[in-house]
Amino acid sequence: MGLRDALFGRTKQVAPQLDNLFALPTAALTLQSELDLVSSGQAGLCFKAGSGETSIQTDADILQLLDFEAEKDSVHVTTDDLGFKWLVIDDPSVDGQVTKVHAANSSMVDHGLGPRLLCAVFGFVPATPPGEGSVRLVYLLKQGTFYPFAPTGPNQRDNELELRVKSFLGSDLPIEKDLSRWMALWNLPVR
Amino acid sequence: MAKSKIETDHGLNVRMFITGLMLVVLYLIITTLLIYAGLSMGLVLVIVVAMIFSQYYFSDKIAMFSMHAHEVSAQEEPRLHEIVDRLCLLANMPKPRVGVAEMDIPNAFATGRNPSHAVVCATRGIMNRLSDEELEAVLAHELSHVAHRDVAVMTIASGVGMLAGLVSRMAMWGAILGGGGGGRGNNNDNAAAMEMVVWLVSIVIYVVAYLLTMALSRYRELAADRSGAILIGKPSVLASALVHITGDMGRIPRTDLRKAESMNSFFFVPALAGGSAASLFSTHPSLEKRLDALQKLERELNG
Repeated sequence: MGLRDALFGRTKQVAPQLDNLFALPTAALTLQSELDLVSSGQAGLCFKAGSGETSIQTDADILQLLDFEAEKDSVHVTTDDLGFKWLVIDDPSVDGQVTKVHAANSSMVDHGLGPRLLCAVFGFVPATPPGEGSVRLVYLLKQGTFYPFAPTGPNQRDNELELRVKSFLGSDLPIEKDLSRWMALWNLPVR
Repeated sequence: MAKSKIETDHGLNVRMFITGLMLVVLYLIITTLLIYAGLSMGLVLVIVVAMIFSQYYFSDKIAMFSMHAHEVSAQEEPRLHEIVDRLCLLANMPKPRVGVAEMDIPNAFATGRNPSHAVVCATRGIMNRLSDEELEAVLAHELSHVAHRDVAVMTIASGVGMLAGLVSRMAMWGAILGGGGGGRGNNNDNAAAMEMVVWLVSIVIYVVAYLLTMALSRYRELAADRSGAILIGKPSVLASALVHITGDMGRIPRTDLRKAESMNSFFFVPALAGGSAASLFSTHPSLEKRLDALQKLERELNG
């Protein structure tokens, strides 16, 4: 933020960074070989539902805006307990998830809703249960970085597993270096 | 009153005694300098001592206020109270008041001028991060601070620093005013030069006092680690708690991304400014040192 913006109390809205998303399929392979984690078959895109945009009042409006058909593309929209909207994508392949998340992001940006985007989440579960516990990879759209989130309870997360994921994926993915930004996403609707 | 059952470590005692002795020597040097400066410092001195004393006397309130902590009842925080109850029975000491600070940074502190006016406080972050056993170890460490009367010791130690800082400031004023005043005739040049020396010396004293205070604080931390670990009988649990709340793991937040974003006035770049956690630990020995000491203790207890 520049001095002038600070003086006048303005903040520039940041356009989301989408390119780094395409590094995910490679990282998924590493996760499988090193930590025995495979995709949960679900990914999600979290955004703030704004007031005033009459075009996206209902969940159906959102799907239409994003050019998705609920049945054909197996996506649906839910609202979480904190009032954030989630576009939940069911797709067994990580490539497919990435493509759909990217498409949804792009159309959000095209419709001027880029600033509302919060994060994308990709679910990973142990290939041979019970395994280590599941991990979500969270993609911060504004920063263009990933971080792992491994919830183990309503307010508990497995930091050791998260740091192990970081050490294995460091070369594949742009991992968020500032650990204080590895915010939790409790009770998220993505597996 | 029966003595606390928390055991002592002789090596640490000796080192703390030496550190304390050096602080007393510093006190003497400063008093001499004060008399030598010959100003009407008596009054100033009374004020400073009163300040240090009130800092000591109200230490519990000051610490609670600056950490945004509030006292909690057994109904509000049964888990915390239960652990403190148990530890106080074990250590045979009066139960301190119990507080919670609503922040995500994992930390805990104990303060208060004596064991019957003490307060033990944990942040929400540390309670979320640690298992009951680990939290017990951390609280045992904090209760050891209370039993060791660390607030009193550290207040006296840091009081020296304050006095030294005062002397240097007074001397600086003296040098400036003495140079321009001219009320005392040809004594003037001498006095100004004299006060410049006082000024320099007191700065050196300030730095040394500061370093000694920090060293003393680190020894007290190791002593509290030791007593706390002996109290619960499991040094490894305290070690695991330390690993979980310091370093990388301590920095990973429990705050929800969605809540954090809405606090940050909606989705703009400057996210949370981290960093205040590190300063709280700066008076502490390094993690490796503490873990080494605990490991040694574990061998002693088992061997």
